[in-house]
Amino acid sequence: MSDKMHIKLNVNGKDEEFLAEPRELLIYTLRERLNITGPHIGCETSHCGACTVTIDGKSVKSCTVFAAQASGKSVTTIEGLGDPDSLHPLQEAFKEHHGLQCGYCTPGMITRATKLLEENPTPTEEEIRFGMAGNICRCTGYQNIVKSIQAAATEMNAAKEAAE
Amino acid sequence: MIPAAFEYYRPTDMAGVLAILEEHGDDARVMAGGHSLIPMMKLRMADVPHLIDLQDVGGLSDIEIGSDSIRIGALVTQADIIDNAELTKVAPILREAALQIADPQVRYMGTVGGNVANGDPGNDMPGLMQCLDATFTLVGPDGERDVAARDFYEAAYMTEREDDEVLVAVSFAVPRGGYCYEKQKRKIGDYATAAAAIQIEKDGGTCSAVSVAMTNLSDTPIYSEAAGAALVGTAVDDAALKAAVAAMLEDIDPSEDNKGPVAFKKHVAGVILRRAIESAWARA
Amino acid sequence: MKDEVDNREDRVANLKGMGCSRKRVEDARFTQGKGNYVDDVKLDGMIFGDFVRSPYAHARIKSIDTSAAMALPGVIAVLTAADLEPLGLHWMPTLAGDKQMVLADGKVLFQGQEVAFVVAEDRFIAADGIELVEVEYEELPVLVNPFEALKSDVVLREDTVGEDGSPTDGAHGPRKHHNHIFTWDAGDKEPTEEVIANAEVVAEESMYYHRTHPCPLETCGSVASMDKVNGKLTLWGTFQAPHAIRTIVSLISGIEEHNIRVISPDIGGGFGNKVGAYPGYVCSVVASIVTGKPVKWIEDRMDNLMTTAFARDYHMTGKISATKEGKITGLHCHVTADHGGFDACADPTKFPAGFMNICTGSYDIPTAYLEVDGVYTNKAPGGVSYRCSFRVTEAVYFIERMIEVLAIKLNMDAAELRSLNFIKKEQFPYTAALGWEYDSGDYQTAWDKALKTVDYEGLRAEQAQRVEDFKAGKTRKLMGIGLSFFTEIVGAGPVKNCDILGLGMFDSCEIRIHPTGSAIARLGTISQGQGHATTFAQILATEIGLSADSITIEEGDTDTAPYGLGTYGSRSTPVAGAATAMAGRKIRAKAQMIAAYLLEVHDDDVEFDVDRFVVKGAPEKFKTMKEIAFAAYNQAIPGIEPGLEAVSYYDPPNMTYPFGAYVCVMDIDVDTGVPEIRRFYALDDCGTRINPMIIEGQIHGGLTEALAVALGQEIAYDDMGNCKTGTLMDFFLPTAWEVPNYETDYTVTPSPHHPIGAKGVGESPHVGGVPCFSNAVQDAFRAFGNTHTNMPHDHWRIWKTANELGLHD
Repeated sequence: MSDKMHIKLNVNGKDEEFLAEPRELLIYTLRERLNITGPHIGCETSHCGACTVTIDGKSVKSCTVFAAQASGKSVTTIEGLGDPDSLHPLQEAFKEHHGLQCGYCTPGMITRATKLLEENPTPTEEEIRFGMAGNICRCTGYQNIVKSIQAAATEMNAAKEAAE
Repeated sequence: MIPAAFEYYRPTDMAGVLAILEEHGDDARVMAGGHSLIPMMKLRMADVPHLIDLQDVGGLSDIEIGSDSIRIGALVTQADIIDNAELTKVAPILREAALQIADPQVRYMGTVGGNVANGDPGNDMPGLMQCLDATFTLVGPDGERDVAARDFYEAAYMTEREDDEVLVAVSFAVPRGGYCYEKQKRKIGDYATAAAAIQIEKDGGTCSAVSVAMTNLSDTPIYSEAAGAALVGTAVDDAALKAAVAAMLEDIDPSEDNKGPVAFKKHVAGVILRRAIESAWARA
Repeated sequence: MKDEVDNREDRVANLKGMGCSRKRVEDARFTQGKGNYVDDVKLDGMIFGDFVRSPYAHARIKSIDTSAAMALPGVIAVLTAADLEPLGLHWMPTLAGDKQMVLADGKVLFQGQEVAFVVAEDRFIAADGIELVEVEYEELPVLVNPFEALKSDVVLREDTVGEDGSPTDGAHGPRKHHNHIFTWDAGDKEPTEEVIANAEVVAEESMYYHRTHPCPLETCGSVASMDKVNGKLTLWGTFQAPHAIRTIVSLISGIEEHNIRVISPDIGGGFGNKVGAYPGYVCSVVASIVTGKPVKWIEDRMDNLMTTAFARDYHMTGKISATKEGKITGLHCHVTADHGGFDACADPTKFPAGFMNICTGSYDIPTAYLEVDGVYTNKAPGGVSYRCSFRVTEAVYFIERMIEVLAIKLNMDAAELRSLNFIKKEQFPYTAALGWEYDSGDYQTAWDKALKTVDYEGLRAEQAQRVEDFKAGKTRKLMGIGLSFFTEIVGAGPVKNCDILGLGMFDSCEIRIHPTGSAIARLGTISQGQGHATTFAQILATEIGLSADSITIEEGDTDTAPYGLGTYGSRSTPVAGAATAMAGRKIRAKAQMIAAYLLEVHDDDVEFDVDRFVVKGAPEKFKTMKEIAFAAYNQAIPGIEPGLEAVSYYDPPNMTYPFGAYVCVMDIDVDTGVPEIRRFYALDDCGTRINPMIIEGQIHGGLTEALAVALGQEIAYDDMGNCKTGTLMDFFLPTAWEVPNYETDYTVTPSPHHPIGAKGVGESPHVGGVPCFSNAVQDAFRAFGNTHTNMPHDHWRIWKTANELGLHD
């Protein structure tokens, strides 16, 4: 066994420091060590996106990143997007438009969608389908996921306009 | 899927990288985004006792656009390429190809250096770099050396790079003329069934220069000089296209896999090449 | 007391009962990452188990050396068959009446088979321990083709050969060969053969419905915790049938059933994968008993695809006969069913080929015969119903292909041929030639609506033009029009003919009304994304007049939920939904007596109205259900016990028979084999519609799984029995990019025997979708002489069809 490493992460705004084996994948750090169980393990080969988190502003599949690689960086998971009293517009929209069924892909899906809308606040349906293609859903057939993201975009743009 | 244990290093300069490589020989591997290597480690198909993470090594993340040439650091990601408007203006084929690699999350992590250095015949950048006649810069214990992309690939996962060398950049002349990266795949995230990279120049109605490279149709990317020769001096008419396809088919050597048998791959390679040339020619 | 809301329409809306698109109550937790799936279960002192798996498809195990693994710090135990044998747990019963090795007992029969179970402090150490277990194998000849297996001298299962060398009897009768599992048939053999022999027109076709896998995004797993102090075993897991798992665990472990608590937490999709019992569940239990600690086992994706629960793998040969005018006279079907190394099908036990005998489809076929032969090969065990009732996708694919093949033979339009042969509305209830009694249907109406909506004639005209253009060299794309009209058979099922290992397939609901007029209802089913907590509350709201928002639905904990057979085969709404309505009606009956007492009238003089009982003819005199609930607990009412609770166990009198009409329009690039779905129209009739939003979501999802299966998703093996599709790189799960938008539509033909007329819908789109996508591909090539090609229609196989038809010349 290799030596443990000193790893520092900021997760959902909170600083975390711990010793871990270099082979500890970030998804295990989140789920097992920090009890942040929103991100899920689906395929383990970076195809399904159930483990998607945001690391320093990039959507990343946390099953294919070692915690050691992320050391020194900020990580945002579904748990960091909203709280029960003020959900993120995407969380609201997925509820409103039946954008989920079993819920297993949902945390990764919504986390990815936050980044998509940040980069492209007014995506077309085609852009949503292309921009969400790193996240697999087995239940919904995506139609209502697309709808949810469109609705959230509209909502977020309206809120932004109202604020300006 | 749990990788075997390893030692992790995150040196801050190339000297540090080279020192670790020298100490551990082929027990050490450098890693950029890790999206090819980490899945292999998780499947325990790659044994990497010493893993060197390049992310803190400076000077590897730049896209330098000169008047004649372009240099892209090894740690530049596919997402960086897609987002770089200046690069897209002068060398649009890079963005076109990058958008067809993997999926959004993987493109944030996947780097040019990793894609070209890994030697995986499924990767798209090697064929693209052969099309662009790029030069790969390697740094090793004896300093820097350049290797032409067209000479770099020996076999699947076997390249000109020595175990103690690191690929630090790719450089190529600013491409001219029309371009196209055409790829057939089964789904997002898949490797190519067949892909073709084309840069083509038009002089009047005649093709004055062209470069043709194919992806995932042999155990290395294939630069098809003969396919290019079949087009130069022609009006890229049906006869020339047929000749180019026939020449390319002589150069590739696909093998059967889940994507289909050899006859299918050869046929699709021809179709994709033809479409790529037509599309590039229309843009020239 | 005057109710706040007087307007009846508002009162109905406030209930959020049946028929409205109520938003899902599950979604608050899922959208915030607060779901609780099995891998989220964490217990003090929990350790982790994982398998050493066979790299070979068929091999004798000469030795297993666990010493190096045991020497690794952090490894706590390594279990092998030798350790399980004294407990009688080295083999376990399958749902199909066969038995399966829990850990390899002297040999392995498929690649990835469980050989040893390494238990360690965490999953990292377990993974290292696996590498250190040394297994010496002696390779044996591999059989991956069932037809060859039936001819081979190689004996896969030693328990299939008697002392005299002849095949032993199997669970369903005599074997024809030592690698043969069962023969099962339905219908009339000789009359069918005679009709076909004398028919004016006969179409024949052989088709292979390839092996695939349900592949839910969450793999299978369990956490077993044996509390030695209290003698109680708690088992969390990905169980689509928690009560059945409890009974099976009790039967094989000897632990009394009251000392076992099985919990299905949130389940990340099932689609049939999580119906069966797997070696991992058993090993986690044994390891917990051995170590005294909670033990977690979670599959990785390769384990999942390679070992638990394949679906299909049916080689089907059909003959269909008709008059010259196209009236079908007979149908003959033979199936060679590849079951892999163990028959672990998840079917009602008396139906080793499930409900394959629904293969006469939606058509009035007077004479039919079906025969299925099950065969062992060196592939993974399973045979689950992947998003369908038992083998119904196979049956519907078969008949919907045979119809197309017959249409070609008759040189007739396939839509017209269907119309000519539909079971007519007035024929219901209709007894089919293979035995099932279809409860209800109005096929022609649905079909006409579908064809009209898509402008079927216009599509055919466009297609004809496309063929001309293709022949003239103006295009390289062909156009396919895929049709399918399906009848499902769901809601297993009547206890008189449906059981799993002797457990009758009823289901249940238990309701407790709280004094302030809210409620909890518990069911024997378990949601895996279907939204039970939302829809069952809607059924109850309508039945008992309390708002769905005031009703908690709870499932999946065998200590609290009433006994039921779980969720698969679209049985939740047909069976547990019926139980819910019936239990609700018991509540209402008692409420009626309480209301009458409170209103000082006779029981018969009050009637139920949305959320209250009113005095007949005097609607201003009423008691709301909330008032009644309070009185039930807090007022002494002569002759009536306090409280307001009910339980119902529902044994359905018949299956339900949802149906639908689908049309797919596809463009196919002849040169690359790439299909493009231009349009997909799906009309479903699932009887009474409880929540249109959820129905639509189920249809989108089922169609997408159908698209995957039809266009590329397969579990493939090479000649050595190596699985070639063990990761999501090669096992096709479509992304948003490959999936079209679907148009949904409906008709409503309520089930006459179901208390609320509902039929189930979750599986229809998959059952009807697969033949529709496949027929679209095949139809594109009809004008060039194609009659049938096998799925999956991935790029190279479509290209191959074009190539063989000379379209590349």
